[in-house]
Amino acid sequence: MMDATALLLSRIQFGFVISFHIIFPAFTIGLAAWLTVLEALHLRTGKKVYQTLFEFWLKIFGVAFGMGVVSGVVMGFQFGTNWSELSKMSGPIQGPLLSYETFTAFMLEASFFGILVFGRSRVSPRFYLFSAAMVALGTTLSAFWIMVNNSWMQVPVGYVEQNGVAVPVDWLTILFNEVAMVRFVHMLLAAYLVGAFCVAATGAWYMLRNTYLAEARVMLRMGLFLASVLIPVQLVFGHLVGDYVHDHQPAKFAAIEARWHDEQPASEVIIAIPDEATQTNLYELKIPILGSIIASNSLTSREIGLTSFPPQDRPPVLIPFMTFRIMVGCGLLMLALAWLGSWLIRRQRLEQNRWLLGCIFLSFPLPFIATLTGWYTAEIGRQPWAVYGVLRTAKAMTPFLTAQAALTTLILFGLVYVFIFSFGIYYIHRLLRTGPTGSLAAVPSRATPNRPMSLADEESVSRHAYLEAGE
Amino acid sequence: MVTFWVALLAISILIYLLLDGFDLGVGILFLLPNSEARRRAMLGAIAPFWDGNETWLVVTGVILWGAFPVVYATVLSAFYIPVILMLLGLILRGVSFEFRNKAQQLRWIWDLSFGGGSLVASFMQGVMVGALVEGLPIVNGEYTGGILGWLSPFPMLCGVGLCLGYALLGACWLVRKREGVVRDVARRQIPVLAVGVLLFLVGVFGHALLLHLPILHRWIDRPWLFVFPAIGAAAACVLASSILRHDDYWPFHMVSLIFATAFGTLALSFWPYMVPFSITIDQAAAPHSSLAFMFWGEGLFVFPLMLIYVATGFRVFKGKLAQASGY
Repeated sequence: MMDATALLLSRIQFGFVISFHIIFPAFTIGLAAWLTVLEALHLRTGKKVYQTLFEFWLKIFGVAFGMGVVSGVVMGFQFGTNWSELSKMSGPIQGPLLSYETFTAFMLEASFFGILVFGRSRVSPRFYLFSAAMVALGTTLSAFWIMVNNSWMQVPVGYVEQNGVAVPVDWLTILFNEVAMVRFVHMLLAAYLVGAFCVAATGAWYMLRNTYLAEARVMLRMGLFLASVLIPVQLVFGHLVGDYVHDHQPAKFAAIEARWHDEQPASEVIIAIPDEATQTNLYELKIPILGSIIASNSLTSREIGLTSFPPQDRPPVLIPFMTFRIMVGCGLLMLALAWLGSWLIRRQRLEQNRWLLGCIFLSFPLPFIATLTGWYTAEIGRQPWAVYGVLRTAKAMTPFLTAQAALTTLILFGLVYVFIFSFGIYYIHRLLRTGPTGSLAAVPSRATPNRPMSLADEESVSRHAYLEAGE
Repeated sequence: MVTFWVALLAISILIYLLLDGFDLGVGILFLLPNSEARRRAMLGAIAPFWDGNETWLVVTGVILWGAFPVVYATVLSAFYIPVILMLLGLILRGVSFEFRNKAQQLRWIWDLSFGGGSLVASFMQGVMVGALVEGLPIVNGEYTGGILGWLSPFPMLCGVGLCLGYALLGACWLVRKREGVVRDVARRQIPVLAVGVLLFLVGVFGHALLLHLPILHRWIDRPWLFVFPAIGAAAACVLASSILRHDDYWPFHMVSLIFATAFGTLALSFWPYMVPFSITIDQAAAPHSSLAFMFWGEGLFVFPLMLIYVATGFRVFKGKLAQASGY
């Protein structure tokens, strides 16, 4: 007996816990790579500023990484609790992929993060750099397995169906098919942009406050230069992701374009309010022929519309349409900021331009919003399928899950997450506000590889010791 | 291949039970009235370990999904509410651990959620084991018990029992790792908890007899299974004598041995079923191509590395932890 309310609540719950989770990995993947670069620069140039920045961002990495781990534990069990039919059907493929994610990430991150925390004085500088690179590799591999896993749900390949179960027959295809590779790079670039903008925004913040100027300059320069190079690449990969959607998920593509009827040549809807009741767009602004160019690189191609699909196979339209445009909008805004900022840095005029510094400071939510809305486009646009074309979301859910149970757990997740994550973000904010105080080799004795978050303790520890002394 | 993954799953569960068992146990004991200094000493005794310990729950989860997807899907969905309450408990206690020393006035909130989270997580784990022993209603491989199918007196009893067991393990850990007041208090708690666990075991056995649980037939069919309780009983004797001798080292190892024998007893009573007595290991196993894919990478190479890693971690922090390293 399927309960429609339970299904909706389950989907909201999954969306909620995974949205909260993705914020932290998106941040740490880029940050780990940036830490590696900083350490390499420090090794090559011997400049102290790189090491100061490294120690500083390592602490922030610790807290964000810890939050990612805590919220990630839930993800490994959500499939079984709420989506038992999916777990059975796709378990032989998704299970091994996620187990590799846990095993490889665990090994690399657990082993080498410890060295980053403890080992500065105990290992050679080269090995220390190697450790930083291994932590970065761990987070990257983690993203690889997750993207392969999700891509299999988007475009299932390399399997045969036996008795309602997906049996893998070609792991190489499952791992390295074009869809998975393109989406992996798209996600990786997104994570690097998150890192780049958070770093640049922090630099702009210090610059505006007139503190840590040497560090601020490095952060602004590296963040903005990296972003100016990566955003164009990201746009290309975004387009390639669009190509796979066009080829493999035509209904999702039509929803993103808010194209209700087949068109030849197709126009491109720039902005509108899609109305699913009347199957039309309100306040539509569109450009003729551009739709065909974007979709098929042609002036004359025929592009399929939503009404060509039976109603039960159509995704929601409004949300993917809007989230896609928000993502692209954020990307273009970031591009403008990155190019303008880089240009002013080259002409040595950015530091005087407080207006642009303010914009860069305030821009740090943009890459997060772009990442989240990109995922919403991919996941909501995939509906009504859990495994595209194979298993419907409604059939993927735990069959006996009741609306009351789903609502109860959703509320509990909401309360606990909001409670703890507001504290987590508060602590990150506090670290950033305090800034790189420049204390070298200030490794807190109590931080361990198993407890990344305790890296952030230093400040409160010294304060506590002070309070105790005063008692 | 199937045997390999059953073995790895069993090892992972046992490691989780023993490792997270002691730090969850310390969390439960944390709820008892206590001074700030003692609380810090208790936290310091598990600080370097707890997060790594919890990793084994994730490892267990993903091995289960990859190698035995049917069991993963059936058991996790049948235990919808206990699993989610357990996860929330684990999250709360995990972050409380880190946040409590960043807070000043609000420390009591984190203390409460650390102890409470530990208690809820432990209780729910016990409930799930109990419900599995009692038997989930499964018809043709489909769970039919509904969202509250696990809710009955016997699992509740097992929940309490596991809390007592973890607390016992935690107290032994404190005795092993600490000195001074913390150790003395823990040493006084051990006999009380041990008697509690003993009473619980008697209660479980009596309950099982009363309910005619099918698991009892396994015992009649397989008398050699009594080897395990016998080892457990011997361990209990050593435990008692080491407590009387005020030995700090042996209690933890003996309680671990008791846990291991209890786990061994249960696992071998279930064999060849994974969900007693409806889904066998072979029915639950993923296709060969999945098991082989996992075997040639994570099974053969990464898993042994993980074991070495854990062993190294515990070696680094072996013996009594210096008080200075505490909270």
